[in-house]
Amino acid sequence: MTTLCHAQRSRAGRLSLLSSLLYPLPSLLYLLSSSTAHAARIGDLTETTVSEQALRFFTFSDPSLRLALIGCILLGLNCGLLGGFIVVRRMSLVGDTLSHAVLPGVALGFLWNMTKDPVAILIGATLVGGLSMLTINAITRTTRLKEDAAMGLVLSSFYAVGVCLIGMIQKLPTGNKSGIDKFLFGQAAALNGGDIALLAVTAVITLLFVTLGYRGLLTLSFHRAFGATLGVPVNLLHHAMMLLTAFAVVTAMQAVGVVLVSAMLIIPAATACLITDRMHRVLLWSALIGMGTAALGAFFSFLGNNLPTGPFMVLAGAVLFAAAFLFSPQQGWLTRLWRQRSQRERIERENMLKAMYHLAERREFREEGISLLELAEQRREPLETERLNASKLVHQGLATLSDDATMLHFTPEGWRKACAVVRNHRLWELYLTNVMQYGADHVHDDAEKIEHVLGEDTVRQLERRLDFPQTDPHGKPIPGARDVHGAARTRPNETTGYTR
Amino acid sequence: MQKFVIRHSMTSLLPPFDFERMILAPWTTALDTYGWMTLMAFLVTATCGLIGNYLILRRMALVGDAISHSVLPGLAVAYLVSGQLTLPAMIAGAVGAGLLTTFLIEFLHTRSRIKADAAIGITFCSLFAFGVVLINLFASKIHLDAECVLYGELSYLPSEPMVAILGHDLAPQPVLVMSCVAILVSLLVIFFYKELLLTSFDALLAGSQGFRPGLVHLLLMGVLSVVIVAAFESVGAILVIAMLILPGATSQLLSTRLPVCLWLSLLHALLSAIGGLHLSLILGCSMAACVVVAGAVLFGSAWLYTVIVNALHKKAALSAPVEA
Repeated sequence: MTTLCHAQRSRAGRLSLLSSLLYPLPSLLYLLSSSTAHAARIGDLTETTVSEQALRFFTFSDPSLRLALIGCILLGLNCGLLGGFIVVRRMSLVGDTLSHAVLPGVALGFLWNMTKDPVAILIGATLVGGLSMLTINAITRTTRLKEDAAMGLVLSSFYAVGVCLIGMIQKLPTGNKSGIDKFLFGQAAALNGGDIALLAVTAVITLLFVTLGYRGLLTLSFHRAFGATLGVPVNLLHHAMMLLTAFAVVTAMQAVGVVLVSAMLIIPAATACLITDRMHRVLLWSALIGMGTAALGAFFSFLGNNLPTGPFMVLAGAVLFAAAFLFSPQQGWLTRLWRQRSQRERIERENMLKAMYHLAERREFREEGISLLELAEQRREPLETERLNASKLVHQGLATLSDDATMLHFTPEGWRKACAVVRNHRLWELYLTNVMQYGADHVHDDAEKIEHVLGEDTVRQLERRLDFPQTDPHGKPIPGARDVHGAARTRPNETTGYTR
Repeated sequence: MQKFVIRHSMTSLLPPFDFERMILAPWTTALDTYGWMTLMAFLVTATCGLIGNYLILRRMALVGDAISHSVLPGLAVAYLVSGQLTLPAMIAGAVGAGLLTTFLIEFLHTRSRIKADAAIGITFCSLFAFGVVLINLFASKIHLDAECVLYGELSYLPSEPMVAILGHDLAPQPVLVMSCVAILVSLLVIFFYKELLLTSFDALLAGSQGFRPGLVHLLLMGVLSVVIVAAFESVGAILVIAMLILPGATSQLLSTRLPVCLWLSLLHALLSAIGGLHLSLILGCSMAACVVVAGAVLFGSAWLYTVIVNALHKKAALSAPVEA
């Protein structure tokens, strides 16, 4: 039954994934189909101001800009989708290795007929990328070297071969104008129709692969051995994924550059991992962030007149990542710090209220005020600290301080909170002694911790289980649910007016 | 037509072979040009190789990768702050960037669910992108060549001004700086041999003996940044990774003793520098890349050798008579 539910849920997830990924497509088509008036290539007009450039960007009046933008969005989609799996599989640096190692393949593809033919370059680069992965595998299997050393070694050696080849090509009479140098830092404006077509084909294949093979990829990513026992073709999926990753890297390289294309795989996906938990949402976010950062990169590069696109994409991604890292609702570093701090403060407050309750209880609730001096003695803390804590309580509206700042009084809200904490503590102690058979002298420390986290439901359950007890193992009365919720005060203390 | 184009391009890719110019001249008539380049290549590879041995042992090869990329923004910021690139500014920028990188990687993967590999990738890509953007935005103020970052350039060496000491022209400035760094690194390896050895193999034991593995780690990263920045102009940000890993990886295939490995990586550096020089003359392309290619060929030979030796051992073990 549970597996069935799971299957349905994941199918629903897959459908929503597919549909939401298809949303941007109509707008892309619109971009492609609208007017084809001749205009300057991106940023060719150096006389314009930043705002004019921004206006030109947002009106899409520039056909080459439209191409560049579509290319960027497609590559963001590609890299984002595959990056999600790459990051959760802890293979982030494989992308880095691939992107450097395919350089000789790019050069060879270029040598094929001495033009920047995207298909030839794709084939050459994919073959060399596959070769580099095989070499890493072979090195780690046959020698003592670990995977990181093997990756660094293959990455830089292949890259050196690529640099040699490019150097030789650039010496050729035709090689110099070839634009092969654009592969190094990336220039989205250099994308032509063929590149876009290739990017689109890759994007469609990736989308289909991810949506159709979603469950298989899920088991591959999180528990490969389990997938294998289920009969999922994990090896096939793994190789297909690596092949598509190589495609994504090579097609994106033109716009992002050799060095930084791996960042387009890692950064959107890592950001998505910080935002959400479920894999299909991670993929969705990752694709969206990938497209967004790629478009932002194109925008800034356009503003700055033909600055390289790749670094701007990566910086935009880095800013988003930093924001998610610091402020993400679940995972953010600052959010978690803030949550921890407020938790600590709440516990401190509750301990203070509890100490006040104990003091009042020692006087059998005959006196209204609790003196700070006694409180400090009871909690074994300096008077100054208690003054500070008292002012915090007053600030929170849980207590009032007498005019000479020596006596604390509960407010009704504070009284209820104090009763709740004491009630939690004593019920838990009773539970440990009566049900769990702890010794009565062993239960206090445990109860000190759990009193702050017991929820209302649990407390009621405990109470039922213990048959609505009146006193704790040490013979002290347990405040009732009525004290806590401040309903009808059935047993008012004649001196203080507070219930007990 | 197609075939013609290919054949045409293939033949014109390689300059015609000239024994005199490509093999002999660098050691005789053109020694004062190629000598400095080879010496520089050797110094860079040897220094990186010494440090690289420890990086490989500590499984931090890819941290070296990360630092080599993030030295770029360090240099760019140093340029912007100090106006021109003096040696102290350069070193300060590089060490700052290197330590920032190690700190950020640590910070990202200990403070969130991001794993170490993704943390490395995010850190160095972002820093590198930042550096490239700085260079492009302040191109008039920062005289760093993007090409040199990616390819490295050794052929500028002979045209660098010579540094004169006591009236003698000693060496071009980059060579002199690199030799100082090389001497520094060798001295550190000699004097802190025990500390480095212990912290690399067993950080826990080292800590219990009072050796401060954390401090050694930070120092290693600082020295690594200095080495990378000294080698930066000559070999670029990416090829330097090869210089860091190849000598150590080759020597660790051939020996299991650390001192032997260190000497072997020096030998590897020498051979790949010389091989790289001739290769670059024969192929007619960048010498820095050719040094790496030569080094990779050496690694490949060492790898082949170990594979064959292992196979022979296995065969011998299988065919040996079982003792009763």
